[in-house]
Amino acid sequence: MKYSSIIAAFFLFSCSSSISPVDDAIDKQIYHVGNGSEPQGLDPHVVTGVPEHNILIALSEGLTASNPKGGENVSGAAKSWKISEDGLVYKFFLHENGKWSNGDSVTADDFVWSWKRILTASLGSQYPDMLYYVVGAEDYHKGITDDFSKVGIKALDDLTLEVTLKNPTPFFIGLLSHYSTWPVHKETVLKHGSIDDRNGLWTRPGNFVGNGAFKLKEWELNNKIILERNPHYWDANTVKLNEIHYYPVSNIMTEDRMFRSGQIHLTYDTPSQKCPSYLESNPNMRTSPYMGQYFYRINTKNSILQDVRVRKALSLSIDRKTIVEKVTQCGEKAAISITPPGANGYFPQTSLDFDPQKAKQLLIEAGYENGEDIKGLEILFNTNENHRKIALAVQQMWKQNLGISVELVNQDWKVYLAREMIGDYSISRAGWIGDYEDPNTFLDLFRPNRGNNKTGWVNKEYDRLIDLANKTMDQDKRYKLLNAAEEIIMDELPILPIYNYVKDYQISSDVKGFYPNYLDHHHPKYIYLERD
Amino acid sequence: MLAIFLKRLLLAIPVLLAVASLTFFLIKLAPGGPFDADRAVSPQVLKNLEAAYNLDSSQWEQYVDYMSGIVVGDFGPSFRYPGRSVSEMIATGLPITFELAFYAILIALLIGVSSGVLAALKRNTYLDFIPMAIAMIGICVPTFLMGPLLVLIFGINLEILPVSGWGQLSGDKILPSVTLGFAYAAYIARLSRGGMLEILNQDFIRTARAKGLTETKVVVKHAMQGGLIPVVSFLGPAVAGLLAGSFVVETIFQIPGLGRFYVEAAFNRDYTMILGTTIFFSAMIVFFNLLSDLAALWLNPRSRDTR
Repeated sequence: MKYSSIIAAFFLFSCSSSISPVDDAIDKQIYHVGNGSEPQGLDPHVVTGVPEHNILIALSEGLTASNPKGGENVSGAAKSWKISEDGLVYKFFLHENGKWSNGDSVTADDFVWSWKRILTASLGSQYPDMLYYVVGAEDYHKGITDDFSKVGIKALDDLTLEVTLKNPTPFFIGLLSHYSTWPVHKETVLKHGSIDDRNGLWTRPGNFVGNGAFKLKEWELNNKIILERNPHYWDANTVKLNEIHYYPVSNIMTEDRMFRSGQIHLTYDTPSQKCPSYLESNPNMRTSPYMGQYFYRINTKNSILQDVRVRKALSLSIDRKTIVEKVTQCGEKAAISITPPGANGYFPQTSLDFDPQKAKQLLIEAGYENGEDIKGLEILFNTNENHRKIALAVQQMWKQNLGISVELVNQDWKVYLAREMIGDYSISRAGWIGDYEDPNTFLDLFRPNRGNNKTGWVNKEYDRLIDLANKTMDQDKRYKLLNAAEEIIMDELPILPIYNYVKDYQISSDVKGFYPNYLDHHHPKYIYLERD
Repeated sequence: MLAIFLKRLLLAIPVLLAVASLTFFLIKLAPGGPFDADRAVSPQVLKNLEAAYNLDSSQWEQYVDYMSGIVVGDFGPSFRYPGRSVSEMIATGLPITFELAFYAILIALLIGVSSGVLAALKRNTYLDFIPMAIAMIGICVPTFLMGPLLVLIFGINLEILPVSGWGQLSGDKILPSVTLGFAYAAYIARLSRGGMLEILNQDFIRTARAKGLTETKVVVKHAMQGGLIPVVSFLGPAVAGLLAGSFVVETIFQIPGLGRFYVEAAFNRDYTMILGTTIFFSAMIVFFNLLSDLAALWLNPRSRDTR
């Protein structure tokens, strides 16, 4: 009797029927979002991930902003901009009514100081190279000069910012919507620490001052982050949401259940095993092209794989169509290039064929009468069910089409990264998401001396073409040059592209103003909730 | 009793020191570091980061630095979450994990003890077989299956309980507590049945019955005190296990407890976080073991005398 009353009290204390957060959200305009993992922090100059970006896009604003419908960037903190004829000098004109969330005006000096901060070596930012296109930026970051006045960013007056580039960089406007270039409020940062404090106390609720459409209201670690509208924002009239609640749900099955029970409007991801059935019968399921690429890195220093014919044979014996149709099954597209087609109007004219006969021939030319002579190759991948499935399929295809036996090596994420970094692998799974909407964000990876190349592959002509392309203002000419570089890399194959990513997620039909776009950037200022 | 308590408390210090030292050097042996990321960090940036976190000094210097920090309760800054200290993160997650563990152990005790005692009293009847069969299922079914199963039934099909969260929506604490408690209830049921069966055959129980005491008094006053000693001994490690092992339930139900930090820290090579949580959980294990030993001592006069 005593026990049963305690149990009853426990259940009564915590159980009563209530309206779901999604149903409750329409009147209150509260948008509930599944956001992957707990953000590392909210300091735009320190953090690096997608969940962080999803929150920062609401809290801060760069000079330009991603277009909600994709394509060319739109006005951000800068109302307009003017580019000199030689493409080297950019003048940005800020909004007269641009304000920080504490009511201070957003000035050109704020950008100068913020860019100085990201280029301050002791801050340890992982994205300073985003600004290396600016005159003197790299030298300042690397300590070659300690005079910031030599860096090509100047405040001409309160509302005019001048940026001088080393070379005409046609994608510079696009790059400015990346959070590493966004401003931070100097007085607030310095009030709570120094210029190089990583994620200092200024990023906490009550302290955070941003120039975005929303401001930080609450932050419960590993639970949720709540933003509320910023009345000082220059475009406050466009904003319809009152609050956004971000949930760091790292388990996608939990997130799926949260969506099904009406706790969130938008999921970060979809469980891959559910993708095929959801695509068929779930009206809330969406899939849209995403500027990302799934590929296999090849260690070109490996004694077998240094022969381009072997690499070509491996590529020709992968049936990419079967992988996307039978293995990943979430609407992915078989890859034809390293750059996913359609990045800001760039469509590479390359192809990656499936031709086992030709593959065998190439192998014979390389001196391997039989694929069984090739021993010791491994596919390295980090722990993930999808990576394992794809590796199994590729392993099977190579065995069947070429007779080559490769071993699958599954490692924990950090071990996998460490092995890739020191070149302790033969073939390794990889993925890349574009930082900005331009082919350069992919093609730049494989230039010599780039930390993310990791393949040991160096091609001077490839490097020259990309360098030339990035100095070419005419977009058609530039894309032709980039395509020529793309042809080189697809001929030499230091990497084997497998498929182009898609973004698959579930979204409530109440969410309006949410448009699929290639970078998957969704500025919440355009989003509102309405039930049909 | 106090002397035993103090002695055991003193013994805990070298144990914790050994745990801290071993963990410190072992985690450095694991390949990969806290700053390895998909987007490779340039050597220049890596140097700056290592300098910022004192990783550029020798292992020994780092060890001395760390150990002198923990003496004053400073577990250092988190590598994964720059700007946050490990102590702050433990302090954030701990009350939630404690609350979850408390509800779970409460459920485990209520279900476990009542069904175990009942099974012992009604030995070899269906009141013995059914609870014990359920207990066996509870032991066999892992929480990562039990959790989603309960969510599917009560959260999605019946729509009477929230599927995730902690203290956000009414009723969201029930499913995680039941999921975590059920596995322990099963152990407790079997332990209490075994303990009770042994005691019920003792002479003093026969004497109690011969005195004409009611069956309730015999069971509650006389049998349970001795019969539940195995349960009490089990509770110490069980509570420590609940705290450290709540990771799965915290992940399934999106609960912002300490368990998630503990496991994710290892994947992220968040050195200070791994150390902080390991030392903390070790201290918890030592402490709860000590408590359960003392409770068992108090319940069992024989072992009190021999000591």
